[in-house]
Amino acid sequence: MASRELKDHFREQRIFFQRAIWAALGVIALSLALFARYYYLQINQHEVYKTLSDRNRMQLQSITPTRGLIYDRNGVLLADNQPTFSLTLVKERTKDVDATIAELQDILEITDDDVESFRKRMGQRRRPYESVTLKSRLTEEEIARIAVNRHRLAGVEVEAELIRYYPLSDTLAHVLGYVGRISERELKQVDPANYSGTQYYGKLGVERHYESLLHGSVGYQTVETDARGRVLRVLDRVAPTPGADISLYLDVNLQRAAIEALDGRRGAVVAIEPSTGGILALVSTPSFDPNLFVTGIDSATYKALQDSPDIPLFNRALRGQYPPGSTIKPFLGLAGLDTETINVNSRVWDPGWYQLKNDDRKYRDWKRSGHGWVDLNASIEQSCDVFFYDMAFKMGVDNMYAYMAQFGFGEQMVYDIDEAQDGILPSREWKRAARRLPWFPGDSLNMGIGQGFMLSTPMQLATATAVLANRGKWVRPRLIKTINESEVADIESPPDVTLKQEWYWNYVIKAMEGVMHGRHGTARSSGKDSTYKMAGKTGTAQVIGIKQNAVYDAEAIAERHRDHALFVGFAPVDNPKIAVAVLVENGGGGSGAAAPVARKMFDAHLVGPKLEPGQMQAASP
Amino acid sequence: MKSSDFVRQLPGGEAHFSRPRTLASILHIDVPLFTLLLTLVLGGLFVLYSGSEKSMSDVARQGIHFAVASSLMLILARFDPQVFRRWAPWVFFLGLAGLVAVLVFGSDAKGAQRWLKIPGVGVRVQPSEFMKLAVPMMVAWYLSDRILPPSFKHIIGALIIIFVPAALIAKQPDLGTAILIAASGVFVLLFAGLGLRWILGCLAGVAALAPAMWFFVMHDYQKQRVLTFLDPESDPLRTGWNIIQSKTAIGSGGFGGKGWLEGTQSHLDFLPESHTDFIIAVLAEEFGYIGVACILTLYMMIIGRGLYIAANGQDTFSRLLAGSLIMTFFVYVFVNMGMVSGILPVVGVPLPLVSYGGTSVLTLMASFGILMSIHTHKKMLSR
Repeated sequence: MASRELKDHFREQRIFFQRAIWAALGVIALSLALFARYYYLQINQHEVYKTLSDRNRMQLQSITPTRGLIYDRNGVLLADNQPTFSLTLVKERTKDVDATIAELQDILEITDDDVESFRKRMGQRRRPYESVTLKSRLTEEEIARIAVNRHRLAGVEVEAELIRYYPLSDTLAHVLGYVGRISERELKQVDPANYSGTQYYGKLGVERHYESLLHGSVGYQTVETDARGRVLRVLDRVAPTPGADISLYLDVNLQRAAIEALDGRRGAVVAIEPSTGGILALVSTPSFDPNLFVTGIDSATYKALQDSPDIPLFNRALRGQYPPGSTIKPFLGLAGLDTETINVNSRVWDPGWYQLKNDDRKYRDWKRSGHGWVDLNASIEQSCDVFFYDMAFKMGVDNMYAYMAQFGFGEQMVYDIDEAQDGILPSREWKRAARRLPWFPGDSLNMGIGQGFMLSTPMQLATATAVLANRGKWVRPRLIKTINESEVADIESPPDVTLKQEWYWNYVIKAMEGVMHGRHGTARSSGKDSTYKMAGKTGTAQVIGIKQNAVYDAEAIAERHRDHALFVGFAPVDNPKIAVAVLVENGGGGSGAAAPVARKMFDAHLVGPKLEPGQMQAASP
Repeated sequence: MKSSDFVRQLPGGEAHFSRPRTLASILHIDVPLFTLLLTLVLGGLFVLYSGSEKSMSDVARQGIHFAVASSLMLILARFDPQVFRRWAPWVFFLGLAGLVAVLVFGSDAKGAQRWLKIPGVGVRVQPSEFMKLAVPMMVAWYLSDRILPPSFKHIIGALIIIFVPAALIAKQPDLGTAILIAASGVFVLLFAGLGLRWILGCLAGVAALAPAMWFFVMHDYQKQRVLTFLDPESDPLRTGWNIIQSKTAIGSGGFGGKGWLEGTQSHLDFLPESHTDFIIAVLAEEFGYIGVACILTLYMMIIGRGLYIAANGQDTFSRLLAGSLIMTFFVYVFVNMGMVSGILPVVGVPLPLVSYGGTSVLTLMASFGILMSIHTHKKMLSR
């Protein structure tokens, strides 16, 4: 305690006081440093950080409009939107995309296809905070598995989204088309703003043609998010305009009837309401389930569809180009009458073949023994070829071309279908351009019976038949009936087909009635026992060749050498309600294979029991 | 300036004697300090309400913390400073034993052993927090008996007193507290008149020791914090995140702030620990530079009052302890506000009396109790 006695209290106090002054100065100096630091951050750098802060918390998100629904004429829902859950990833919030995918693959089944298309989509121009779907249509169990592992899956979300669903599956695939994931190319075609949140795009058919109508317009919301990108508050919202609901002229009952009538054979049926041009049925068999394509088809299934010898992806009704065969005889008959190449009294002797002067070649009739003396009426009813050889020769290609063109051959006439083919309506110019050859008289002969260069699609045949049923009044075929329940205004159609004598129509139609009801009518077995009168024309188209490199299968090849069966017709004759074109590939004769299909269509449309829309939906899968 | 001048400047004097016994004097409260603390605490609760996502329960719990801590402050204020002096070694060695116990069987919280469960009572104590008071008391006790300025021998002695507990705490690991405790001890040395050469020498020694610390003492996460401090943008999503976000919160507050409860950075989860260590960012965002200036001024006034109390301490022990306590308080403020604004590395130091948390409030209020005791017992002592 000696030291304590030596303590100099005043000195200690003085030292302390000095040090306290220094401490105070130090406090002031460091406090000023803090003042300066906060001044720098809050005043000097305020704008910088304000921007950062706003970017942190505000995101402009697009609100995808709900895609419009598609109904048939009776209100049966053809294309629906179904809520499903999808597994999505947000790149910005995922530390390591590969690792996350690998982790997810441990938890649930994610195929290489899924990953590949995910990467493709990831590469598309999207905002970095937008989620990209990795796997669609999660099951309850999968959702649960993800939920359990959530904590280690940063950036992984289960999102509810509306996915297109086609309740009638393959019944309407070829007409409705389908939507699928929007591709990079499609993104470049559309207004990028309007499609900023859209994942799906109409790929074919109605979905494609009415894409802009069905899509609607995008909405926006400015949302406040937390650091993990979770939306906390909507600051501002511009509601999207949902896509329009459209209804089609299509009648699902009729569509089904056609598919049933085709009974598994490869073929096509197009039915048109002559008064409106409304397409009542558009069938191409075999078909496929469009639902497979919506969220992305797996490559094995796609390969199977693509490699199938029956080519189910091929739309025969719109893209199948076949020689129309005898089905064009009524149209040529009208041309012959109107050009006065023939008249109703003109008769030709049919020995079973036709020969041009100075030509050794015999042009054969389908009936070896010949039809004997025939006029136009008989030639249509019995489908006599010699009469038409003679008339075609006399009329010449230019006349045939002019009249056939008026009925819409050689051109795609459908108002609202994009993928339909034009077919070929040959002319001198066409042959010179396509074959670098002049038109020979023999070409006219072939054209007279719908063979040779001429190709038409079932759609074209149905269209022409509808115009014929209308006695020349043109109605452009179309699918759309109403948009948001208001009728679609009349559409522009080609000029009506006018003939010098109005009764020519009745004459030809009477002859077609004979096909169905006449004693020698080629389709009389299909016209039996009807409560209404129908008009028709059968046709048979020669199959030129078979697919190259096809797998050798004697039976199948033999079958595929068979003629295509064709039929056009309408009913009832006096007040046509339905015009149809039927094609059955390798079906043999038109009377045996195609006409019965048409009859079933007529019956279904005119007398068949109509199902209520509710029943239809209940029956759908 | 002579010490005699200083003495003459002392306020009160005889007048203090004749002053009527007010409630404040009965309670041994220093009214200016108490008023400043109350202002800070009440203002802090408002910021806490915002920083804790409008959690009334957090605010209520913090209120209870304050109530308990204030009671402790009032109790300690009643004691004569000489009591603290007598207790200092006991308190210190008890705390040291606690630190050793923590390292041996401490309970694990957030990967660091800081807590000690007292068996049967169910209370967890944090000896390191206790040492924030015990170390300056011990160093003040040790030096106040010696001739000041301290000799070489006593400086070494004081350094041992300081660095043994600091090292134990750093080992927990709790670098923030270790630094604060070391600072509180060093402040005692400084106030005791540690020579300039020593001060410079120590600074040089720290600089020389830093690389050794880096390689042998610091944990990876601590190293990471330093690296992040040097370049927060290098790892913006993990360790740099906090600092980027807190700077954004502060900067976006601007001059006038976004308004109470309107801070988006904090309310949208961008700002981590918005109700504890980073609460100043909430204040800066919502009340702007005005708010920051106000709270900083408030802190400076508290520190000013504390230094005034220290300077008026009646004996060396009181002065050294008071000076150390108030400067440690400043270190809290500076380190916290410095780290949140990105001029110091992130160390777990709360903003005193504003950040949520019971222990730091308890320690701080206890130190203010000691300050009040030092200030209010002067004249009685001199009788």
